Amino acid sequence: MTRWLLLALVIASVVMSHAVAGAQATPNAANGRRLFEKDGCFQCHGYAGQGGRDGARLAATAMNAQAFARYVRRPFGAMPAFTAKVLADEDLADIYAYLKSLPAAAAAKDIPALRSIREK
Amino acid sequence: MRKRTGGGVGRRTFLQSAAATAALVVKPPIVDAQPAAPPRSSAPAPSAAQVASETGPPPARTGAYTVDRPGADFMVDVLKSLGFEYVAANPGSSFRGLHESIINYGGNAKPELLTCCHEESSVAMAHGYAKIDGRPMLVMAHGTVGLQHASMAIYNAWADRVPVYILLGNILDVAYRRSVVEWTHSVQDAVAMVRDYTKWDDTPVSLTHFAASAVRAYKTAMTPAMGPVVIVADAVLQEEPIPEAERHGLRVPKLTLAAPPAADPSAIAEAARLLVAADNPVIVAGRCARTPEGIRHLVELAETLQAPVNDRPFRFRMNFPTRHPLYGGGNLAEADVVLGLEVPDFWNATHAQTPVNRTGMEARATTKAGAKLITISSSDLLTKSNYQDFGAYAEVDLAISGDAEASLPALVEACKRIITGDRARVFHERGARIAEATRRSADDALNQAAWGWDASPITTARLSAELWNEIKREDWSLVSDVTFLSFWPTRLWDFDKHYHYIGGQGAYGIGYGAPAAVGAALANRKHGRLTVNIQCDGDLNYAPGVLWTAAHHRIPLLTIMHNNRAYHQERMYVQDMAARAERGIDRANIGTAISDPNIDYAMLAKAYGVYSAGPIENPKDLAPAIRKAIEVVKRGEPALVDVVTQPR
Repeated sequence: MTRWLLLALVIASVVMSHAVAGAQATPNAANGRRLFEKDGCFQCHGYAGQGGRDGARLAATAMNAQAFARYVRRPFGAMPAFTAKVLADEDLADIYAYLKSLPAAAAAKDIPALRSIREK
Repeated sequence: MRKRTGGGVGRRTFLQSAAATAALVVKPPIVDAQPAAPPRSSAPAPSAAQVASETGPPPARTGAYTVDRPGADFMVDVLKSLGFEYVAANPGSSFRGLHESIINYGGNAKPELLTCCHEESSVAMAHGYAKIDGRPMLVMAHGTVGLQHASMAIYNAWADRVPVYILLGNILDVAYRRSVVEWTHSVQDAVAMVRDYTKWDDTPVSLTHFAASAVRAYKTAMTPAMGPVVIVADAVLQEEPIPEAERHGLRVPKLTLAAPPAADPSAIAEAARLLVAADNPVIVAGRCARTPEGIRHLVELAETLQAPVNDRPFRFRMNFPTRHPLYGGGNLAEADVVLGLEVPDFWNATHAQTPVNRTGMEARATTKAGAKLITISSSDLLTKSNYQDFGAYAEVDLAISGDAEASLPALVEACKRIITGDRARVFHERGARIAEATRRSADDALNQAAWGWDASPITTARLSAELWNEIKREDWSLVSDVTFLSFWPTRLWDFDKHYHYIGGQGAYGIGYGAPAAVGAALANRKHGRLTVNIQCDGDLNYAPGVLWTAAHHRIPLLTIMHNNRAYHQERMYVQDMAARAERGIDRANIGTAISDPNIDYAMLAKAYGVYSAGPIENPKDLAPAIRKAIEVVKRGEPALVDVVTQPR
């Protein structure tokens, strides 16, 4: 019984992820930024997707689109699930595109104020 | 002469007008009581006596009421004997006698009166002061309306186990009440409304009684587990002269503070046995260290065992140096022994919770099965039932009642006595592993801080880094909580002195931050320390008048606004609810955002007489603004820099 349930969940997850990834041909990062702020993603993850006490860093995320969608729909930990009823697949794809468009951070050693943190 | 602007009716204004109205009402209606006089064609010439009465000096009063030595003078003698430096108060008629005696008989020195704009500010100032100074500040308030204002701040101090000493004015004797105002400001049992979250109180009925209870209250407040205490100073005792017969008999009792309660030696021996035998012990510190000695003892315990010390999930006190190789590490999931030291909610520190629906939580232990859990805490010595600040019941293997700081020396010695050469070698290897993990964690923190470095709003990581670079060569003291800053200061800065950090509210009652920082800055002033407050915007708006108190009393304090323009914790909660209800996830700002219009905190500070800069939105402008504000603070004044920040 458990095995069948797991299989069903995996199939549903894969179908859903493909739906997200294939929702539109060219996700719109600019719209993704707008949605990231309007729909409150920034609240835990920061306007720059930098992460913090309440949410993981999302800027330049290493997750692929499927994994990202899977997590948003079925998160664990304190994050609530954002279902398709409130966040459409194409909107999710746009948000993902925005996060991928964010530049990687400079190395701490290349930022003077961070490089000097440990200096007395 | 103070000018009043605006047409609002504040409480003080109300009192003045109400008193005047009451006086008119109770005066006998003289005109109506007289018989009607017959009409006269012309007024007769006044008599010589009438002329004299209207043009000469008023007759001398036969019963001029003066007081040779009011009871409040003796109360001041008692308060001076307890060594209070300051008394924080918003003026109130029920303690006017004490007020006058403090400034005139007492010379307004030790204690010196601090003019506060709200009783919540008075108590929170005392709260912050005590965590730096180690001694309570005196607070005076009305037994009714003042205490009602003060009550949340008292609850914070209670939950934070901090001594605050409160004197309430009251007029118990109905014959002594002047007006309807004094009736509404009088109460049968003044302390009733805060008794659930104060440690001790009394309502003395004589000056001898006042002296004994005042000294007892101080001793009680200062005995771990510490807490707020309340003494009611009745107005009749304050204002009436000390009876001749009592003048030579009154005395101030000697204060002897109690030694803190240390843990039972056999329990300490058992704890040592478990810790020394453990392969992966972890020490979790809550409100463990109150003093430099507390930090030293905890470092000695950690180094003796080569065990990691962490202070998650909240940081309550400056327990352990943040750049020590044993700080911050330790994996509870791998721990075979966990030692909790004055952890307010040890269950929460050893469990994770996931919301599974709107009313339930799914909880799991973060420790592995079979891990031995030990607690040393004075909390069991001071628990009441109504307010639930005691937290979830923790199932532990060894619960030791006692003050952790006072118990640590015995625990260190007990461990040292039983550590064999073999165990010492194991500890040494363990320590090296932990030190390496700590080093990696510190590097990670720096790299994480780089994300969003040039973003606007400014990241809390950048704010913390820029601020640190400006203060690190000063004798600094951070007097605000780090929780809402994603803990960046404790991840980046070098904390190693007891005044480097004092934790947060205690009961998470917002409105604590600004006044507690002012109180802490006052305690730091005599040491010449640079006091730093990273101030949440929502918190400041509860009672911003404390900025004026800082300016008025020349209290040097650097305030950096963490201005995320929201009651952000609540915004996240509402967002959580909306996502779960599958509706309106773009509406969580309603009722939680502090924008439209944005509040100009620089202008607000300026209005209160505080130097200010901002709002700063470009991160490149941050360091120069902080530098300039520090110059002001070094001149002995408060300064505020408004920084528009990321949410966390």
